[in-house]
Amino acid sequence: MLTIKNLHAEVEEKQILKGINLSVNAGEVHAIMGPNGSGKSSLASVLAGRENYHVTQGEVIFKGLNLLDMSPEVRAREGVFLAFQYPIEIPGVSNINFLKTALAEIRTHKGLPPLDAKEFLKLSREKQKLVEFDAQLVNRSLNEGFSGGEKKRNEIFQLAMLEPALSILDETDSGLDIDALRIVSKGVNKLRSENNAFIIITHYQRLLEYIVPDFVHVLYDGRIVKSGTKELALELEEKGYDWLKEEAREKATTI
Amino acid sequence: MTTSPSIPLFEEVVNGFNKLSVSGGIKKESSDLRRTRQSAFEKFRALGGFPSIRNEDWRYTNLARFLKDEFTIEGWGSDEGWEVPTKTPAPDEALIKKASIAGLDCYQIVLVNGSWDGKIAGGELPKGIQLLKVADARQDPALSAYFEKQSGWDGHFANLNAALFADGIFVRVDAGVVIEKPLHIIHLYTSENNLLVQPRNVWIAGKNAELSAIESLVSGGKGIIWVNGLSDVLVHADARFHHTMLQTAGAGVRLVQQTNVWQHRQSLYNNFTFTLPGAELVRNDLQTRLEEDHTETHLYGLYLTTGHQLVDNHTLVDHQKPHCLSNELYKGVLLEQSTGVFNGKVFVHQEAQKTNAFQQNNNLVISPKATIDSKPQLEIFADDVKCSHGSTVGQFSEEALFYLRARGIGEEAAKGLLINAFAFDVTEKIRIPEVETHVNELISQHIPVNHA
Repeated sequence: MLTIKNLHAEVEEKQILKGINLSVNAGEVHAIMGPNGSGKSSLASVLAGRENYHVTQGEVIFKGLNLLDMSPEVRAREGVFLAFQYPIEIPGVSNINFLKTALAEIRTHKGLPPLDAKEFLKLSREKQKLVEFDAQLVNRSLNEGFSGGEKKRNEIFQLAMLEPALSILDETDSGLDIDALRIVSKGVNKLRSENNAFIIITHYQRLLEYIVPDFVHVLYDGRIVKSGTKELALELEEKGYDWLKEEAREKATTI
Repeated sequence: MTTSPSIPLFEEVVNGFNKLSVSGGIKKESSDLRRTRQSAFEKFRALGGFPSIRNEDWRYTNLARFLKDEFTIEGWGSDEGWEVPTKTPAPDEALIKKASIAGLDCYQIVLVNGSWDGKIAGGELPKGIQLLKVADARQDPALSAYFEKQSGWDGHFANLNAALFADGIFVRVDAGVVIEKPLHIIHLYTSENNLLVQPRNVWIAGKNAELSAIESLVSGGKGIIWVNGLSDVLVHADARFHHTMLQTAGAGVRLVQQTNVWQHRQSLYNNFTFTLPGAELVRNDLQTRLEEDHTETHLYGLYLTTGHQLVDNHTLVDHQKPHCLSNELYKGVLLEQSTGVFNGKVFVHQEAQKTNAFQQNNNLVISPKATIDSKPQLEIFADDVKCSHGSTVGQFSEEALFYLRARGIGEEAAKGLLINAFAFDVTEKIRIPEVETHVNELISQHIPVNHA
């Protein structure tokens, strides 16, 4: 579904991704871990199309298409979803109208008619239930006055509504208490299927106890320095990142 | 004397006033009113006629390009002079429909070029409210005082209106009467030739009375219409007046509207002023004078400007007495080559202790060629008060735009959502849901993406 080849990117003329290679197939969950500042969130931003990130080398192929040529909205319509680390508050834009607009654009792109009010309401209720999202929040302004946990749950609710092929969860677990973490994870697990894939960016192993990944990658200094299965996450939890940093440095000096 | 004598409209009003002075019509008016007209005209001339950018209050609003055209004064087309106004064209149904507010249960009247035909839609008026043509009211000895010299008429245009006004609407709600249904006044301006219309409106909310009024402005015809409106609003003790202005006139309109409000003890005045694309010039002077204690005043404004529009909102909140609250929020969205001006004066007199006065002006400048001049102006002479003001000029939040686009919403549609959201702080304050919906629709119509 997604193939990242030798991806280099910079922000404000600072090199931040230095050759990422990653392949994600439908039905897979990939966790990307790594210390602060290693480039995890930058990778998410580049994939979603944030404009201040400039790709200097490499390519990203999504469902056979060149992802990097697409505007952020076209990426979303093609099925890329970024669950933001810091979802923004937009007073005056109602959550539900926002979703209605987004869903209509995505459906139009797919050649489907927009849902009528009744169908939309039904879908919304169904998904609210699925991800345990408070109906009160659905009708409020987008994220306005939401707690940190409510904002993250809203991201998962949007994910459920828009049914993307590839979901990128950018530190969705940060700032969540254990109950919220459980609810968010439960939502994601219900949404996992043969047809979609997840990239879960996280600093801690904790989230991966709830959302069990197929693959774990460690990002350090703009590169994936180690890949493995879920056991790698446990090892990281135990040993921290320092040993990997050492390894990476040694590798760099040998080269 | 400034350059005014070379302005064709200046000559027209001088001639007009001379004709008025000898016409039979004003003989029916009280001698005080006639003196008011005379002194107002003298004041207008002493001020140099029309204002220029040398006048502090007009520094950012240059009228020169608007004053080049020739205009005829409305009401002076017939040789019978004052009494017979130019033949008022029949109201244009399409324009009335455009101004009507869907689903709103209201009393609706239409003024064509400032003149009301006496018809009311939406049912018979209840007891306790009077609606009169100003052409009649100004000749009524019992009402004459309302048209005589008032404080706050010190500006060029207010004096011109006071000198030459012919018609308009007089609305009075008796003490203790609550008018449940809103009153919707459609001001329709239409002319095939260039015309100066000077409507004079008077609003009186008696003691403990309550009224909601919506004034919509629409226009048609090929001529340029200069509307110089003067409205006086008296809100007596404990009365509540909710006043909404929907300025949706077309390109041929140049509007200067002064609204003077006087508030008495414990009264409430809410003003909403929405200025939407169309009229090439809009200058609002909204002046509230808090003459007694414990009053409450809310001024909400939204201007959305396009093309070469120049929209200027000057407001004054004059805290004369203690324990009064004023709250002002004006927001502007500036598109294309349009210009916005905001000047918000708040005076807190020495006597006005325990004043709460808040003012905020936020602007979203969307086009690189649009401009805004924002000038908050607070003068506080009392020491035990809470006052704040703020003014911002910004562009779209890149973060918000990206968030919306990352959900599949196209850039233009996302901008549209953000404009609506920006306006929301003001529109959500509208107390009548049908009016809120109507205003939101008007805003949506003018968001660039919806032009496609």
